[in-house]
Amino acid sequence: MSERATLLKLEGIIKEFSSVRVLDRVSFSIQEGEIMGLIGENGAGKSTLIKIICGIYQKTDGVIRLGGKVTEIPDYITAKSLGIGIVPQEFNLINYLTVYENIFLGSELHKGLLLDKSAMRKEAEAQLKLLKMPLDVNRMVSDLSVAEKQMVEIAKAMILDARILIFDEPTTTLTAVEIQTLFDLMRKLKQKGVTILFVSHKLQEILTICDRVTVLRDGKLVSVDQVKGLSSQILAKKMVGRDFNQVFPDKIDSTGKELILEVENLCSGSLLKDVSFFLRKGEILGFAGLVGAGRTETMEALMGLRKAEKGAVRIEGKPVRIRSAKDAVRHGLGYISEDRQGKGVVMNYDIPKNISLISLKEKYLKCGLIEKAKEAQAAEHYMKEFRIVAASKKSQLRFFSGGNQQKVYLSRWMDTDPKILILDEPTRGIDINSKKEIYEFIHRLAEEQISCIIVSSEMEEIIGMCDRVYVMREGRVAGCLEKNQVSEENIVFQATGIKRV
Amino acid sequence: MGENKIIAYVRNFRFKDHSLGMAFIILVIIATIVGWPNFLKVRNLTNILRQISYTGIISLGMTLIIISGGIDLSVGSMTAFVGGISIFFLNLFGPTSTMGIVLTFLFALVFGSFCGALNGIMVAKFKMAPFIVTLGTMSIFRSLIQYFSNAGTILSVNMGYGTLGSSSILGLPTPVWFFVIVGIILHVLLNHTSFGRYICATGSNEQVAKYSAINVAVIKFFPYVITGFTVGITAIMWSSRLNCINPSDCAGYEMDAIAAAVIGGTLMSGGKGSIIGTMMGAVMLGIINNMLVMGGISAFLQQAVKGFVIIVAVLLQYNNGNK
Repeated sequence: MSERATLLKLEGIIKEFSSVRVLDRVSFSIQEGEIMGLIGENGAGKSTLIKIICGIYQKTDGVIRLGGKVTEIPDYITAKSLGIGIVPQEFNLINYLTVYENIFLGSELHKGLLLDKSAMRKEAEAQLKLLKMPLDVNRMVSDLSVAEKQMVEIAKAMILDARILIFDEPTTTLTAVEIQTLFDLMRKLKQKGVTILFVSHKLQEILTICDRVTVLRDGKLVSVDQVKGLSSQILAKKMVGRDFNQVFPDKIDSTGKELILEVENLCSGSLLKDVSFFLRKGEILGFAGLVGAGRTETMEALMGLRKAEKGAVRIEGKPVRIRSAKDAVRHGLGYISEDRQGKGVVMNYDIPKNISLISLKEKYLKCGLIEKAKEAQAAEHYMKEFRIVAASKKSQLRFFSGGNQQKVYLSRWMDTDPKILILDEPTRGIDINSKKEIYEFIHRLAEEQISCIIVSSEMEEIIGMCDRVYVMREGRVAGCLEKNQVSEENIVFQATGIKRV
Repeated sequence: MGENKIIAYVRNFRFKDHSLGMAFIILVIIATIVGWPNFLKVRNLTNILRQISYTGIISLGMTLIIISGGIDLSVGSMTAFVGGISIFFLNLFGPTSTMGIVLTFLFALVFGSFCGALNGIMVAKFKMAPFIVTLGTMSIFRSLIQYFSNAGTILSVNMGYGTLGSSSILGLPTPVWFFVIVGIILHVLLNHTSFGRYICATGSNEQVAKYSAINVAVIKFFPYVITGFTVGITAIMWSSRLNCINPSDCAGYEMDAIAAAVIGGTLMSGGKGSIIGTMMGAVMLGIINNMLVMGGISAFLQQAVKGFVIIVAVLLQYNNGNK
């Protein structure tokens, strides 16, 4: 490894935002043609660091050397011309443009004054072929799946002959199978001599794909290690700064308990076909499957958020009709959406207003007027219970970290006193400590005989938390796994219909 | 205890949080100097309030619409339409009696609410873009009143009607009372009821509202009805002031109403705003107009100044939003 030339060297990088130091003298180097992992909790400074490398942020102090030369990167355009490309976490694609138009966005080819569409099409096709991505360049980006959109992002980053490619938490929205595809692609890129900086907070992925790994904690460099010989326990300890024993609490056995929810033959358009399942009292039930398999749609149909043409729902043995989310709430159902920022919290509301949003009419009205003192009291109660960290309960949610937003979102649904709580991707994009707290919280709920359904694409989460798992495929329930059947292999088999070789 | 509170208030006082109040005070000082000594005369001040109250009442409803994420361009035409039809109603059912005037007033409120509901149904139920819907109804209302009036003035035959428009209660013109009372009611509605809370949530993020078991369609519908109601009040106040309606009356009311809301700090993108702010915005617009008249500046330039003030207000919003 050491005979390779150093491509990018960071020396004593410091970044301050209004005198708060978020990066403190970070130094490490990346060698040509390696896959370097960059790992750290949320707020460790990963994003800030890569934004500095891409010229989006400017460093306060320190030196960047590219191929030995001291280099200033004043903006992203310069970074691109230097051969640095980024595949962002949130896609920056324009939905109403085609694949090739997106690939060339900002670096269009011209013939005189006009765009040279045929040349761009051809080059985009060549690029995708080179990357072995089966994608029609004339398709609209709005029609693509999440994984396909990511391919477009990669092609877009590669079109300018990038030498260094930065992946910013690329696996957050991908399923297990799609992640495999991505990793294959990364290996191919590596063979072609592309240097990759892979940012993640998932330990297992780092260990699978990277040659070396850099750990950041609280803006400081902890270590740079060869991946060979590392274990996820060691890595987790470096990342969190203390022993990180068990992430998941003990499983709860709810065999034989009475049924609280039964769903039969739920159908919704072409998305759901005869979905049936049941849930026991105090059970933690898992829903696994690929993105687009209909898990979220099932929950939305159950909650009355999506039209269902057919289907029977029984709660505690009694048939119920749920036509709107209001009905669902009345019957004791709660649903934490996977899209926390888009469908969950109100960004410009403070904590009390966010928490009381659903229970407002039932709990906080007196003669039709809102009792703000009572609302504030409830907020304080939940802030204590969930350890929500905030400057004040009056701060707006948009200033909160993902973990704290999620806790506020959870509090809102807990305030409706649900009997059944559905959590769709409950730990997406939140740091490992908050994650653990949320797992413990779900466990506590189950002990209090509140039933939980976890919808998740994170295999570890499903396997670690759930005693029984339904796997969905193409709008149907492909199978139900129980107890020691719950394994990665079985889930992947049910989700794809293919046995792994 | 009280003393500590005052100290804490002074210590936490940031000009940024009170920019509207500051601007208001500065404007009053400038107007006082420019218009010395006439500006501060009670007669002038009540006159300003009367002038702004017509569009001011509508701007209160408009504020709710904008917070909910919509816009209503039809309020000017709607005022002329409701006013004209109400005079027809008065001439038909109560040409001589005071009872007729009362009935006409009630009719205008119902009819205004009905017109607002038409906008509301198209926006909330059929999910059409508010800008387009109300651009359409703006033409429709205007065209209809021109048709019904044969493009001529609609005169009231009830002799008592005109006295309503020029009447005062306790020294304040009647429309000003309506402005204040409706303002207080809508302020309470916006800040102290679940409906107000839901309007903000819906305007801030419709999906969040939907996923929080809020009936988004209903929440988006009612601000238009309320605005129609305020249009009904203004229609009566305005037409009884002149004892007639011209089919070309009240054009541009929508701009004044939107301007008052924007100057008062309501976000055009929805989700945030305040009724008190809108009331201050409306009064500020009136003061600016008054000042320009007293300063001897051409009436033709007044609109330019108004436009400038709106742009500055939005610029300030934009900068605050980024911090």
